[in-house]
Amino acid sequence: MKHIRLVFSGSGGQGVITAAIILAEAAVMYEGLEATQSQSYGAAARGGATRSDIILSDEQINFPGVVQPNILVCLTQEAYNLYSTIIRPGGTLITDSRYVTTTKKVNARQTELPMYDAVMEEIGKPIVFNICVLGALVGATELLRPESLLKAIRDKVPKDFVELNERAFDLGLSLAGETQG
Amino acid sequence: MNNTIKFVQGNEACVEGALYAGIDFFAGYPITPSTEIMELLAARLPERGGKFIQMEDEIASMCAIIGASLTGRKAMTATSGPGFSLKQEAIGYACMTEIPCVIANVQRGGPSTGNPTHVSQGDVNQARWGTHGDHSIIALTASNHQDVFEMTVDAFNLAETYRTPVILLFDEAEGHMREKLVVPAEGELEVVSRLRTSLGRDVDYHPYLPREDGRLPMSDFGGEHRFNVTGLFHDMWGFPSNNPKVIRELLRHIVDKIENNVHEITRYKEHYMEGAEYVMVSYGSSARSAIHLAKARRARGEKIGVLELQSIWPFPVEMVREKCAGAKAVLVVEMNLGQVAAQVKAAVTEPERVFLANRIDGKLITPEDIKIYIRVIQGRGV
Repeated sequence: MKHIRLVFSGSGGQGVITAAIILAEAAVMYEGLEATQSQSYGAAARGGATRSDIILSDEQINFPGVVQPNILVCLTQEAYNLYSTIIRPGGTLITDSRYVTTTKKVNARQTELPMYDAVMEEIGKPIVFNICVLGALVGATELLRPESLLKAIRDKVPKDFVELNERAFDLGLSLAGETQG
Repeated sequence: MNNTIKFVQGNEACVEGALYAGIDFFAGYPITPSTEIMELLAARLPERGGKFIQMEDEIASMCAIIGASLTGRKAMTATSGPGFSLKQEAIGYACMTEIPCVIANVQRGGPSTGNPTHVSQGDVNQARWGTHGDHSIIALTASNHQDVFEMTVDAFNLAETYRTPVILLFDEAEGHMREKLVVPAEGELEVVSRLRTSLGRDVDYHPYLPREDGRLPMSDFGGEHRFNVTGLFHDMWGFPSNNPKVIRELLRHIVDKIENNVHEITRYKEHYMEGAEYVMVSYGSSARSAIHLAKARRARGEKIGVLELQSIWPFPVEMVREKCAGAKAVLVVEMNLGQVAAQVKAAVTEPERVFLANRIDGKLITPEDIKIYIRVIQGRGV
């Protein structure tokens, strides 16, 4: 049985929620899975700490909150400090090496990737950072087929920006591939 | 790709349900966490010839849907928190004038502006008694997107059948969460059309003279027939009256048409209820946590089930009494200070066995929260 719990965390404006929606949508629309995506937010949208909970399962999902994520993505130091301890032992922790200095001893597979720097170097547009993160996530975990994600990205992104996002996704995939190889 | 599968927020599931039910008109004023319903209908309604208006406030939006419905349109509004308070007077007008309409209330924390972006189920009693005077009301709720869709269709159907406002009592967690929705094909779910009078233009039409079955055929206002509509007690022509017989009969009629049909209106689901020694009564997003817990406990052989209410008003007293009869304890899982728990206590034969498992801090109650209440009830401590 497939039942995977994820937490995406970062700062408002980084596209954390959008990435979470695309991931869950890809699971439902292109892999026939069940998925829930939820987030908690306050009055401020930009700059504040952001967290989105995602569950992917081949069974109906009831409680949509994530207590111990199998996969945790932290895109800011604040998010890392706040959430790194909640990861399920043996889970996967993905951080961006520009924004996060990993300090704690976490019982997880820690994957530090220079996603932001790579996006700025190769593409030059910070707006696709979140899509690069999705690429890295899929590359590091083989959670879903890359093609499913690419389809969901094409559904979501305005036509003129599809190619830009595809490049960011591939960049993430290859970054994750380098660390695994 | 199958076009009928969607990955959406609960609020969008409500919109899909409204469109399926044949909504023609929406008037509203944006307020978190219900805004997406309005936002999406602003785009979707005009595409199919419907009308959308953003009004100056919630009072005006409620009045606008009443007017639209009276002219023969299927009409709806959506709101939250203080917006629901503002609509109450006009909801009473719709009760009194027997004008079908649907009001979605995506609940957030209150009172007042309260906790706009977080979940609560604190408007249960307001849905019932928010407007003044004796009256009756129908309120439906749902815990997942498929049911949000179906209850929305049902809300329009019940509004037409009973000529009454129907409240959709959703909550922030359900409204904002995303999950799968399968939009049924046309014809798969029943859609009730307006019951219109067959009387012709020159025939004397009595807008408030019930047929033998208690239903009142409508005539589109501004169309074939001239008639009066008022929030005052009124006779069969719709003209104001303070005749004691007219007052008594009208009040009995607007209450009895709903209260005498509790069985037809009652909607509920049973989860793991077979031989349940512990029954959790829940609804809306808190039911998801109760079902999660029951599923896990059943796998370990514990006899614990969930009675999920989908219609809250009129309260299904007899059904709840029957389903809870054999239970060692009944746990009402909700996110308020016991609004449904009070109804359950009044319904069952042994109210001392009814306990409240709640959360009132804006966070979705978790299976772990409920587990602690159960351990305490079982005398096992935490």
